[in-house]
Amino acid sequence: MVEAGAWWTPLAAPALLLGLAALAVAGDAALDARGAGRSVTPAGVLRPFLAVPRALVEQPRRLPASDRWLWRLGVVTVPVAAVLSTLVIPFGNHVAADLSVGVVWFNAMEVMTWAGLWLAGWGPNAAFSLVGGYRFLAQGLAYELPLMFALISAATGARSLRVSGVAEAQHGLWYAVWMPFAFAVYLAGVLAFSFLGPFAYPAGRDIADGVLGETCGVDRLLLRAGRWLWLAAGAAMAVPLFLGGGAGPWLPAWAWSLVKTLLVLGLLVWVMRRLPVVRADRYVEVAWVVLLPAAIAQALVPALVGLGAG
Amino acid sequence: MGVTSVVLLWVLGACALTGGVLVFTLNSMARVTFALLGSLVCVGGVVTVLGLPYLGVVTVLMMVMEMLIMAVFMIAYMMNPAGLMPMSMLHNTRGALAVSGAVFGGLVAGVFLVPWPGRTGRRPEDTTFQVGAALMGDQMLTMVTLGFVLLATMVGTTVLATRRGRYDRFGDDLDQRPGEGPGGGSGRRPGEDPGGGSGRRRAEGPGGGGAGR
Repeated sequence: MVEAGAWWTPLAAPALLLGLAALAVAGDAALDARGAGRSVTPAGVLRPFLAVPRALVEQPRRLPASDRWLWRLGVVTVPVAAVLSTLVIPFGNHVAADLSVGVVWFNAMEVMTWAGLWLAGWGPNAAFSLVGGYRFLAQGLAYELPLMFALISAATGARSLRVSGVAEAQHGLWYAVWMPFAFAVYLAGVLAFSFLGPFAYPAGRDIADGVLGETCGVDRLLLRAGRWLWLAAGAAMAVPLFLGGGAGPWLPAWAWSLVKTLLVLGLLVWVMRRLPVVRADRYVEVAWVVLLPAAIAQALVPALVGLGAG
Repeated sequence: MGVTSVVLLWVLGACALTGGVLVFTLNSMARVTFALLGSLVCVGGVVTVLGLPYLGVVTVLMMVMEMLIMAVFMIAYMMNPAGLMPMSMLHNTRGALAVSGAVFGGLVAGVFLVPWPGRTGRRPEDTTFQVGAALMGDQMLTMVTLGFVLLATMVGTTVLATRRGRYDRFGDDLDQRPGEGPGGGSGRRPGEDPGGGSGRRRAEGPGGGGAGR
């Protein structure tokens, strides 16, 4: 059984998320080094973290006629929503808030990224930033519906919107095994809402980093951290939704949660580096013509199984 | 209902009202949109505190997506880049004041005049199931009809808004490869007489289609 609401869990969840995000950044740096033919050294792996102190002492940039309030609000929303989403994700036998509608909560927090990134693009009053913000909305329309149906598939299979309930309903047969398509769509959705890898379109190089382009200092740090925090949160959520949560032989529940989360995170980091950036107008065609009908068909499977079981 | 819930309810209600006022006092469409969004998120919070967490969280989820899409269109039509040209959400001020005052008065009167039923039985542990049963049980026909109406509207508007359909993009026999550029097509302009096969005019350059010609 999952125990909810111990006093230390609201502190532990963000700390754990930050640790996982840092591991993902370090792993990305290590793969960078290997790809460039350099040897993977601790100094090389820790190099991206030098940007943190640098960002903290950087001089703020002022832009003419920027909407500072909305800009700041958007920049803060992205990492804060990522942290809030983890409150419902059980880790081992502990969870900060075992909401009866945890799956919907995660989805709502993820959708907050839409608001955050659009605001981050709108605020600076700069063309490329704005293009980046609009790009994320276009991408959002493409990835969101298949992602929702992937979440619905898992919730339908468990007949519960409680995340711990979904994890417990898997009795040794993971949803990733008999709902592989929903799992794949979910993982694609994770990359999309962290706008990394193939979905880095809103922060694309062709528009000078888009939503990230005009930010600097702490603002830039928060937005970039938000990306990796979302990647880590998505990987952590995949474990109770599709991989049976903390269930497993020999090891304690928290160890299984950690191992599974790290494996999903590693897979995501590896995959995102191997795929080219996809334009939103191309992805929306795949998403709505292929992924969406298939995701609905996938959601039908647990519904029929549930009906058959009575 | 505990003290925390009551306090939370009042705070959320006050925030929702503040957001509503800001909608009509701010002078930038982006700020107005997000004031309205903030107000609606508070309403979602109110619904959650009142014991319907599913409806509350879904309200937040839907409102964020909906307001973002609305912001795109509102800003496109308001021509108000970053609030540089002040705008106002007030139109027909006297008539609007009368209408909104009457509606507000009617709703407040309803709060006090409607004979609210008392609770029978115990409050269920998880209200989501009751909401689902209420919507999908007796009202199944309504929901199914609504679903089809919504779907038909969505498909209809998409078809009307699409400048280049699949025959423009893939050719008459749907056997051409679309161009590489955004909205890539077979090179035929919309509404153009194909004149014996769309494959003759191939897409050229990165634009890939008729959009730029």
